[in-house]
Amino acid sequence: MATFKDFRNSVKPNWCPGCGDFSVQAAIQRAAANVGIEPHELAVVAGIGCSGRIAGYINSYGFHGIHGRALPIAQGLKMANRDLNVIASGGDGDGFAIGMAHTVHAIRRNIDVTYVVMDNQIYGLTKGQTSPRSAQGFITKSTPGGAIEPSLKPLEVALSAGATFVAQGFSTDIKELTALIEAGIQHKGFSFINVFSPCVTYNKINTYEWFKEHLTKLADIEGYDAQNRELAMQTVMEKEGLVTGIIYQDLETKSYQEKVPGYSEQPLSELDMNLSEGQFNDLVKEFM
Amino acid sequence: MLHQLSWKVGGQQGEGIESTGEIFSMAMNRLGYHLYGYRHFSSRIKGGHTNNKITVRPTEVRSIADDLDILVAFDQETIEVNYKELTEKSVILADAKFNPVKPEDSKAPLFIVPFTEIATELGTSLMKNMVAIGATSALLNLRTSVFQSVVDEIFGRKGEEVVKKNMEAIQRGFDMMSELLGDRVGEWELAPADGKRRMFMIGNDAIALGALAAGSRFMAAYPITPASEIMEYLIKKLPKFGGAVIQTEDEIAAATMAIGANYGGVRSFTASAGPGLSLMMEAIGLSGMTEQPLVIVDTQRGGPSTGLPTKQEQSDLMAMFYGTHGEIPKVVIAPSTLEEAFFDTIQAFNIAEELQLPVIIMTDLQLSLGKQTTEPFDYSKIEIRRGKIAFDELEPAENKDYFKRYENTEDGISTRVFPGTANGIHHVTGVEHDETGKPSEAAGNREVQMDKRFRKLEKLNFNTPVYTNAPHEDADVLLVGFNSTRGALEEVQERLTTEGVKVNHAHIRLLFPFPSEEMASLVNRAKKVIVVENNKTAQLANILKMNIGGHNKTHSITKYDGTPFLPRELENKVKELLD
Repeated sequence: MATFKDFRNSVKPNWCPGCGDFSVQAAIQRAAANVGIEPHELAVVAGIGCSGRIAGYINSYGFHGIHGRALPIAQGLKMANRDLNVIASGGDGDGFAIGMAHTVHAIRRNIDVTYVVMDNQIYGLTKGQTSPRSAQGFITKSTPGGAIEPSLKPLEVALSAGATFVAQGFSTDIKELTALIEAGIQHKGFSFINVFSPCVTYNKINTYEWFKEHLTKLADIEGYDAQNRELAMQTVMEKEGLVTGIIYQDLETKSYQEKVPGYSEQPLSELDMNLSEGQFNDLVKEFM
Repeated sequence: MLHQLSWKVGGQQGEGIESTGEIFSMAMNRLGYHLYGYRHFSSRIKGGHTNNKITVRPTEVRSIADDLDILVAFDQETIEVNYKELTEKSVILADAKFNPVKPEDSKAPLFIVPFTEIATELGTSLMKNMVAIGATSALLNLRTSVFQSVVDEIFGRKGEEVVKKNMEAIQRGFDMMSELLGDRVGEWELAPADGKRRMFMIGNDAIALGALAAGSRFMAAYPITPASEIMEYLIKKLPKFGGAVIQTEDEIAAATMAIGANYGGVRSFTASAGPGLSLMMEAIGLSGMTEQPLVIVDTQRGGPSTGLPTKQEQSDLMAMFYGTHGEIPKVVIAPSTLEEAFFDTIQAFNIAEELQLPVIIMTDLQLSLGKQTTEPFDYSKIEIRRGKIAFDELEPAENKDYFKRYENTEDGISTRVFPGTANGIHHVTGVEHDETGKPSEAAGNREVQMDKRFRKLEKLNFNTPVYTNAPHEDADVLLVGFNSTRGALEEVQERLTTEGVKVNHAHIRLLFPFPSEEMASLVNRAKKVIVVENNKTAQLANILKMNIGGHNKTHSITKYDGTPFLPRELENKVKELLD
């Protein structure tokens, strides 16, 4: 059986020393090993930005697509091969700015894909512009007078879009993050995992220390029930989204694949492509 | 006796005009007639003038007829909009309900028939369409029983009573019309047909059936006119073959989802029209750069922007040629008949997989939505070719390195391996990459990979890039077109030939890479070249000149008012250029 080392490759990440993304990468590798899959049974589909490079840093099938479109590519891939484990990944710009429509609709659609967002509240690769996750007043190259728009609330968006799995992690807590990703992979349906992954170069506000001070573990909240959607929404709003753990999981709702009429149990990529002469002639006759 | 009938029914959108045309056509198809239909409609659900023009012949019909023999009108607007197409031998059948008036300069007589009144007497005014069909059959001297099987099929599930009432409506219309005609009965009788049934479908049906026959089991699409019928057909059919269609949030998702599914190993595609294609340009680049197969159908309509969403145009040519930033190899094909639409779709999937690149199937609104008869497609001609794919577990690579998915081979084509295959791990990226797919900005590698991608086009295996009917070694004129202008051009060629003009005809089916060699030889054999197309800027003529020259003898006939070319107007324009 594969260990997390088998999910390592020889490529040296081009992330800055101290970047939160290193831990996200490690957590994905550990989670994949923990759920007992082999490297070739995993595909990581990523977007564009610092975080997007993750698809090339894990020893698995990797697809580094275009900005904001990791989710449609990942969903198409999962539809083609339902036996494959598909993780989509990207940054907050990728998922909440250019790709926001795909995020909301992937959540609604509920195809069995795990989506890990590396949320650093800044545009890093383009060298420090505001992100939809930047706090109001946050000063960046593109918001010299401070960000005017309020920060997007991904957890609330996900819950109201009908998510069946919502979690949030912090990149220094690899143990918790690994468990969240593992749970996401095992969840039957779309799993949305937002991860605070600090940018040490361009975000001097939302630093490791800042998160340590502000984050609350849901595990520490007495009576928290991740299957209670109202409670989840209420807690997220009360804590202004600064929580970690499984926020909500719906264990009842079936995934998209299970709901599509006629969708093959066998991966589509393995189906016989040929129509028999009888099948073809029946189709032709319908037009006569 | 008529050797061709041109029949049109018109009224307000949402009044059942389309189904009137449908029922009439189905019955004519069952009698063995060849049909070619064209629907005029607007971008709204109810209201607005709509009409359905159907050309019927005992022999092959290639285009919409110039004139109109019978106009069935459910409102005065239908008469006003369409009477100019009528001749002195034509007739207008109009519903008494709206007190129809014959325009002063109308050459055709007006017959007023109480369609709505008769239908209401029988129970519901909805059946006025059936009364009109009955009146039509009296004009054509057809037995009303020819409609029985069609009525059974359409209304059967609503019960025997409904079938009976509808047949009664047809009979009443027939009787009333026969009485009105008096001794003119038989004047509009149509020459008999062979009784052989043919497929009767729109181009979008042929494409959707082609995708199914090509083994495509996944489609991602966003609704748009005039492409939606493709997804709608597959939503009905794919579940029977284990596949699925996802209606996405936009065309960007549609194209990228199709790329993801192709990467996963299932033949996948999307279909849209101009506005959707504009959104897909980035995905087309991704497909080209990552060498993932992608088939996209572009059903052209009037542009730019939202343009003329329900009207004919062929103005996406340059966008399909040059669309997407940077340089990628791609293939653009343009079927011109139903049979080509079917087989070219299969070819598109084969090429997309063999050459691992985007293939665009371009149609236009007239081909996509015009309903026509065609001989049943030949099963034995269906061929699936997938190119280089490693299906089974591979040997581990040296030094635990990645599989060389982008190996620099002689023909530029490297072996694909689908996720899930042991020892096939590699990286895919839209960033320039090395043979294993890892990002690489090295100048040498860039050239190697760029050349490799483009080299693949040399292996393009496309059957019949140019349809030709070019009997003359020294033609007076070469007529050139693409997509749905084929029939009108054939008609013009035939008419001019009888007048002694030496006409060659070439219809370009492979637009990119452009079939320069073949077209150059055709151009060299003609004194004049006339390129016919539905756009403002003569895009095809420019592409022709750009690729093979011939500037001084190439002329253009363009039309961009939203309507297709009719043979006579085209004939006149060609003659003007020949003088």
